[in-house]
Amino acid sequence: MSTAVSSPGGQNSGVLASYEYLDSTVDAIEHLRKAGFKPQAYAPYPDHHIEHALGYGRSPVRVWTLCGGLTGAATGLAFPTWTSLDWPLVVGGKPIVSIPPYVIFTFELMVLFGALSTIIGIFVLSRLPAIKPAVLYDPEFTAGRYGVYVEADGARLDEARKILKAQEPIEMREGAKHA
Amino acid sequence: MATTEKEIVNRGALAHPDLTRLDDVNRDVLKMLTRPGKGWWMLFGAAAAGVGLFVTLWAYQMIRGIGVAGLTSPVGWGVYITTFVFWVGIAHSGTLISAVLFLFRAPWRQSIYRAAEAMTVFAVMTAGLFPLIHVGRVWHAYWLIPYPNSRFLWPNFKSPLVMDVFAITTYFTVSATFFYLGCIPDIAAARDRATGWRKHLYRIISLGWQGTDAQWHHFGNAYVFLAALATPLVLSVHSVVSWDFALGIVPGWHTTIFAPYFVAGAIFSGLAMVITLVVPMRKIFGLEAYLTTKHFDAMAKLMLLTSLIVFYAYLSEFFLAWYSGEEVERTAFWNRVFGNYWWATWTMLTCNGLVPIILWFKRVRHSIPALFIVTIFINIGMWFERYVIVVVSLSHEYEPFAWGVYRPSFVEIGILIGSFCWFGFWFLLFTRLLPPVAIQELKEVMPPPLRKKKSLEGAH
Repeated sequence: MSTAVSSPGGQNSGVLASYEYLDSTVDAIEHLRKAGFKPQAYAPYPDHHIEHALGYGRSPVRVWTLCGGLTGAATGLAFPTWTSLDWPLVVGGKPIVSIPPYVIFTFELMVLFGALSTIIGIFVLSRLPAIKPAVLYDPEFTAGRYGVYVEADGARLDEARKILKAQEPIEMREGAKHA
Repeated sequence: MATTEKEIVNRGALAHPDLTRLDDVNRDVLKMLTRPGKGWWMLFGAAAAGVGLFVTLWAYQMIRGIGVAGLTSPVGWGVYITTFVFWVGIAHSGTLISAVLFLFRAPWRQSIYRAAEAMTVFAVMTAGLFPLIHVGRVWHAYWLIPYPNSRFLWPNFKSPLVMDVFAITTYFTVSATFFYLGCIPDIAAARDRATGWRKHLYRIISLGWQGTDAQWHHFGNAYVFLAALATPLVLSVHSVVSWDFALGIVPGWHTTIFAPYFVAGAIFSGLAMVITLVVPMRKIFGLEAYLTTKHFDAMAKLMLLTSLIVFYAYLSEFFLAWYSGEEVERTAFWNRVFGNYWWATWTMLTCNGLVPIILWFKRVRHSIPALFIVTIFINIGMWFERYVIVVVSLSHEYEPFAWGVYRPSFVEIGILIGSFCWFGFWFLLFTRLLPPVAIQELKEVMPPPLRKKKSLEGAH
């Protein structure tokens, strides 16, 4: 198990540890959080143990879905209603504002707006697209490794390094996260 | 890590018992994204030639006019509308696998869903062309969209044809974004291994995804909502398509069972198409560890179920035509089976009702060549189902003097063949450019690597 240590940065420097095992990752996160650090984790798939260890609740993306869905439903009902009243024309003996067919537009636009605003929600909340790529990154995170990143200076960095090392990382990198 | 006896027992219950290491998935899936072989180029060349045929014939129809199609009174909807309904139907099982089975937590969907979802997107892309081809003067197709024109004329929102425009555009937009979102983490995985031009491409389209906790957290939560939105969409889109017919008073169309009947048929045909596409993919790329007989068995069972629903719908249509006592209905259905188009109806009944009966046998469900052949029958049968509904019903309406026979022209047949090539063109590109098996979702159902023997579940 080789431990590669690159040059320690000045201020705003951090340390990134790559782990082979999920339980080591979770332990490292828990110990770091207990010591007052704010670790960030990397994983090849969404893992609820990691999310739990980081103390995540529910994502606010639900609000985006709800707002988008309601906007869509309102639009889908209001638009056909308004256009029917804008140029009233009796079709097939139906009322000018005929609710049953308009329910379909209400539904379709609810789904459309709800889905699109959910996507926008993810992008906004998880800061995507990330134009400035993080320098401290291990390409194995998308394959089979887990990672924990902590930002600290001076003595605190030593403490974080110790906690990360205790869980036997495959590799450790140091430096500022962004160039 | 020592493997305990309990784990060995559990392994049999896993969806992919032959996979142990997480990065094995990357190795196996990403090797599909390398330089394609001769077979791929031959298929791609054939598909591209078919797209050329498609474009040429469509251009010919634009220049000469819609008269080059065989459409005439009384059959104003022919092969174009048939093929439109066929491709929309194909699309449905992709969303079923990606959204409905996601919500039901079906343990076998992970390895199939990416290919199925891609199939959905490309099938809707194919289907969406057909109304444009069918309207003839395609340069006026924007009239379908409500926009503030100079006289403030609006589309008739009570018409199922306008509903269809909304349903199909929504379906395409939602399924395409859902597909792309699911791809982002896997494109990032491809980026981290790729070299050359692929690395640049994947870097741009992975949007800088790194798999941080915040990214996964929002991604995971949002995925549930998108699945919940896409699920009713599966049911609604083909229901709306069925109302294009059911809201008309043509005998053979005007029935209340059309929506569930069409939805079941859509899922039935879509599952068949998934198997037709996935069987060669599994063989060519050596994905035996990912697509096991368990997966095919599960899909075959779903196909069997939907085939029973579809066959029941056929029989109940015949029964109700007789039971209604309506002379017009009775003649229309008699004409279906014994009239000019008897061959189309019998193809439909045989391929969709009789052939799938052999899926009751486990030996057939577990034999991949047998399943492949069955799905070819179903693909053909489901195209003919739509042909029977659209063409045969229109050819035999109320007044006997208005009855007629429709023959598709070479333009229509060519465009039909071309549509398969257009679909194949995109699907072949997809298998080489995007990870065709969902890397990240497979890892979710694999046992996580643990240093200590104690289970992590105690943490909760």
